[in-house]
Amino acid sequence: MSVSAQTVAAIPDPLPDRTPRRSSAIRMRALREELAALALAGPATALLLALFILPVVAVFIIALSDWQFGARTLRFVGLANFAEIAGDEGFHASLLNTLLYVLMVVPGTVLSGLGIALAIESGRSLRALYRAIHFLPFMATLAAMAIAWEALLHPTIGPVNQALAGLGLPTANWLRNEATVLPVLAVIGIWQNLGFAMVLFLAGLKSIPQDLYDAAEIDGADGWLDRLRTVTLPMLGPVSLFVVVVVALRAFEVFDTVQILTEGGPGRASEVLLLTLYRESFEFLHAGYGAAVTIVVLAIAVMLTLAQAKLLDRKVHYQ
Amino acid sequence: MAGVGIEAISKSYGGIPVLRGVSLDVRDGEFLTLLGPSGCGKSTLLRIIAGLEIQDGGEIAIGGRPVDGARPKRRDVAMVFQSYALYPHMTVAANMALPLRMRRLSRWQRLPLIGPLLPGARAATARIEEEVRRTAAALEIGHVLERRPGQLSGGQRQRVAVGRAMVRQPAVFLMDEPLSNLDAKLRVTMRAEIKELHRRLGTTFIYVTHDQAEAMTLSDRVAVMLGGELLQVAAPQEIYADPADRRVAEFIGSPRINLIPAKVRDAGAVEIAGERIAVATGLPAGSQVTLGIRPEALFPAMPDERGFHGHVRLVEHLGSDLYVHLDAAGMAEPLIARLRAERAPDLAIGMPLRLTARTGHILLFDADGRRLRSNASAGSSDIPALGPELFAEPVP
Ligand SMILES: Nc1ncnc2c1ncn2[C@@H]1O[C@H](COP(=O)(O)OP(=O)(O)OP(=O)(O)O)[C@@H](O)[C@H]1O
Ligand SMILES: [Mg+2]
Repeated sequence: MSVSAQTVAAIPDPLPDRTPRRSSAIRMRALREELAALALAGPATALLLALFILPVVAVFIIALSDWQFGARTLRFVGLANFAEIAGDEGFHASLLNTLLYVLMVVPGTVLSGLGIALAIESGRSLRALYRAIHFLPFMATLAAMAIAWEALLHPTIGPVNQALAGLGLPTANWLRNEATVLPVLAVIGIWQNLGFAMVLFLAGLKSIPQDLYDAAEIDGADGWLDRLRTVTLPMLGPVSLFVVVVVALRAFEVFDTVQILTEGGPGRASEVLLLTLYRESFEFLHAGYGAAVTIVVLAIAVMLTLAQAKLLDRKVHYQ
Repeated sequence: MAGVGIEAISKSYGGIPVLRGVSLDVRDGEFLTLLGPSGCGKSTLLRIIAGLEIQDGGEIAIGGRPVDGARPKRRDVAMVFQSYALYPHMTVAANMALPLRMRRLSRWQRLPLIGPLLPGARAATARIEEEVRRTAAALEIGHVLERRPGQLSGGQRQRVAVGRAMVRQPAVFLMDEPLSNLDAKLRVTMRAEIKELHRRLGTTFIYVTHDQAEAMTLSDRVAVMLGGELLQVAAPQEIYADPADRRVAEFIGSPRINLIPAKVRDAGAVEIAGERIAVATGLPAGSQVTLGIRPEALFPAMPDERGFHGHVRLVEHLGSDLYVHLDAAGMAEPLIARLRAERAPDLAIGMPLRLTARTGHILLFDADGRRLRSNASAGSSDIPALGPELFAEPVP
């Protein structure tokens, strides 16, 4: 005690005579910090502006015009492009296909991703291997994978049909049949996103405190179903919300598999929004119309995300 | 209600022994505390009693019935976890009702939506709700029943955890450091409440802590654990005054007991730094022993008396008491004395000081750290008589 009292007394009080000098020093330092902040944030802001904000502004402007891709002139036509979209049956079909695709891919991905994560987590050996196998589709180049799928699903020499025929089951021309094309594309979509969902669920499972499982066991919730219902699923709530939102957005923006495997066919049976957008803009060169489609897609995506977050967020964060 | 028999329990993790043959009989209705430093295996033992962990060897019996093969649910024990382990997505009421629902409702009756429509479900649920309300009222958390754990204070969460354990009236309560997440003040309050709860319920409590104040104030008996072994099981007062082992003496008491290496000079005296001190050991001359003197047993010697002499190194004021650190001649570590403030009013750093104690307050340990009881009150577990002062005899 006496030691600390001495120590305190030994420090001379610097405040009274130095106040003016210190405040100017503080101003200098504040200025330096502001300059440093500008220097650090500047490049990122410039890049953001050039790569993201300006293009979006450009899309909005183009959407209000009749610009043809590559043309030197353009005329502003107001909301005419949006009016055209509203009445366009091709767009309606494309929107419906996309929604159906999302409605198949999201539950399929979430359920199978969760199932595989639970299976991997409960097993003991070869976890890393299983994880890698399931994560592969997410990392692999999609174009190459799509070609592999095309071979698999080939109507005559494809292994899928050969296996079905071998078992005496009916076969189909999977990608050329209006009834099967969308579900088959959805299966491919699920396969693609599965690894992503699974890795997130695995991380979520790891972060559930062991104490909760112990408490459930003592409370008598010791069957696997009870444990799943009292601890695992509720505790995976936040992760599930994230997976649902991200997978929904990815499914909503499906393009490459469709373009490579079906080009939207047969007819318009597998035409999706991004395909419509791409075609209008770059094949038919209706850049104005394409930009308007882009904005509609963007608006739907933003609305979906907000709605999901609003509806589910409060239910999964337990505060 | 039931006692718990723990018989030669051993457990290792990856070849490293964590429990080495722990045996202990917890009496029916007793409040027993497992006390020991971090990592000594307290939680492991508690989890083995609960059935959350399976022992490598040994047996557990609850209420005289062996339970080694039984799952936690069948052991009729309830546990309060250090983290409380409340289900964050359920309301307080649902948290507390869960153990009853799992036991009294069938799998079908527990289903959402259709479950409540099944015969008997409604009546059973109403009874459960009533019991939850009663328990919550007893713990003064009746007004937070509809909240989620995330919306509660630390103390309220702790009560909910106790409530969830209490509501189904288990034969044994297991508590793993239930107060360690609370601030110091609340910890003292909740300590008193747990004591009161035990008195009211009369159920067997097994309570794990590394906090000696908790162990001393709450327990009927304290089991001191170290390195996977039980060193001593006795009433708190006895653990303090009559430790069976040097490590027990070191662990209990604050500040820590002074341990002074000494050599036996003859049957009636030992030698410290060339000074003869009157302590009867009954050991052959030349043997090494350790003298344990509690800081509160030391007091300043009269001016003309002998004692452990040296200069004051540090004085810590604690209001009513002072901790005096003395650099005593011939000792490697400073002696720490706990003195009443009014008995040493003007001690300052650097002052010369002589400290002494009474022989009856000396704890003697052999070279292996076992307690030697041949001094003052040989072998008895009573608090030893005061005895004469250590340095009473003149140097021959
Ligand atoms: N599942 C496990 N796997 C490997 N080692 C473990 C496991 N559980 C506990 N141990 C080890 O066993 C020893 C005792 O652990 P235990 O949790 O029983 O200690 P404790 O006395 O409760 O400590 P604390 O006061 O810190 O809670 C520790 O060394 C710990 O590292
Ligand atoms: Mg522990």
